[in-house]
Amino acid sequence: MSISCKGMTDDRQELLAVAGLAQVGLAPVGFALARGECLPVLGPSGAGKTLLLRALADLDPNQGSVRLAGVPREAVSGPAWRRRVMYLAAEPGWWAERVEQHFDDWPAATPLVARLLLPPEIGASPVRLLSTGERQRLALARVLVRAPMVLLLDEPTAALDEAAREAVEGLIGERLSQGIGALWVTHDRNQARRFAGRALNLDRGVATEVRL
Amino acid sequence: MSYIALAPTDVALAAGLVLASAALSLALQLGLARQYLVAAARMVVQLSLLALVLKVLFAAVSPLWTGLAALVMVLFAGREILARQERRMTGPWSYGLGTGAMLFAAALVTVFALTTQVQPQPWYHPRFALPLLGMVLGNTMTGVSLGLHTLTSGLVAERAAVEAQLALGVPRRQATLPVARAALRSALIPIINAMAATGLISLPGMMTGQILAGIAPEEAVKYQMMVTFLIAGATGLGAVLAVVAGVYRLTDRRHRLRLDRLRRD
Repeated sequence: MSISCKGMTDDRQELLAVAGLAQVGLAPVGFALARGECLPVLGPSGAGKTLLLRALADLDPNQGSVRLAGVPREAVSGPAWRRRVMYLAAEPGWWAERVEQHFDDWPAATPLVARLLLPPEIGASPVRLLSTGERQRLALARVLVRAPMVLLLDEPTAALDEAAREAVEGLIGERLSQGIGALWVTHDRNQARRFAGRALNLDRGVATEVRL
Repeated sequence: MSYIALAPTDVALAAGLVLASAALSLALQLGLARQYLVAAARMVVQLSLLALVLKVLFAAVSPLWTGLAALVMVLFAGREILARQERRMTGPWSYGLGTGAMLFAAALVTVFALTTQVQPQPWYHPRFALPLLGMVLGNTMTGVSLGLHTLTSGLVAERAAVEAQLALGVPRRQATLPVARAALRSALIPIINAMAATGLISLPGMMTGQILAGIAPEEAVKYQMMVTFLIAGATGLGAVLAVVAGVYRLTDRRHRLRLDRLRRD
């Protein structure tokens, strides 16, 4: 299982270009993300990691320029932007009773769900009966079936055991090798090193690039 | 059968019941006597003033004064909507959105009834316009305030669920639909229940009043049906307007959920 994407940053095919991105609690930040690149986001709780991801997904009012493959986000509607640059919250919300109601096509999603070590029968389960880890993986599946170009992941493995964490890392690594990009909020520096040679470090709303 | 006028002593006799209840509260130390008597006194003063105002308005039959009286009623009802909101919107929207929806629905329905069904001469005659508006307004106010209350508290409580859909690229109308549905349901349940119970469990006040005034029951019932339809129509229209406008105000053009447009208190 290869999950490294360090080598792919050499031929910089720029995917996401960010300049002067800021909102309340987040000082202006700029960076570029290449196709296949994963950029870990580190920093203590409350440093603004979630604010950064939400600003990129345009879920909060914010300033600055964000371009996806050269196209500025203002050129497309909010929903169209978020279908391409998709945010996965640390505690994802659920709007219906059963798991399968959160998927357009549950049977088509089951192979992906199986790779996240969950049985297809989980589709009929009421969401409220699932564990935090199960919900986290299902929310990831909900994002991946929509095939976004950039993933904004907010601690997607925080509630997972070793095997589930490896499954998630493997799946995302595979998507990265297919050319998508990702920002990955994590508290685990080892996890960050498995994916990248550099990271964004946030401290009190100020982002700096660090070597890993 | 004809109308039986009441003497002041008849009213005083009935007021004795309130005094008796207040005495009971004192004896049982319920601590309600004061509130109870103040409310009763307020009712006497308010209704007496209303009688004076209506007398003047009915004598004048002026579109200006009738319109002004209607406006005062709407503004008070708007305040009542605001008072019932646990989470208010910021700025002029807090008062404006609910009042605007209620004003539009109640005015439209009342003018519609006056010009096509009741048809007094002139159509704005205050003896018809003000009672009709009052009945329509009271119910529309309840519907609008329940709808807005459920919408705002629902969006706050269901924030994660709404934003989960928005983050997946779902447009704001669809993402807020579960909350908007709940808001409309709570706005319309009272009038639905009232319609279902009318004539069986409850005798509507307006119809009862007409019967007491000597109108034949079959005539009074027709009036009641019309008024109930007006009330239900205005409540539905007002609640839909308020909830849809509320959804748009609490989201923005980029389809973000904007709970910062609710006051934090």
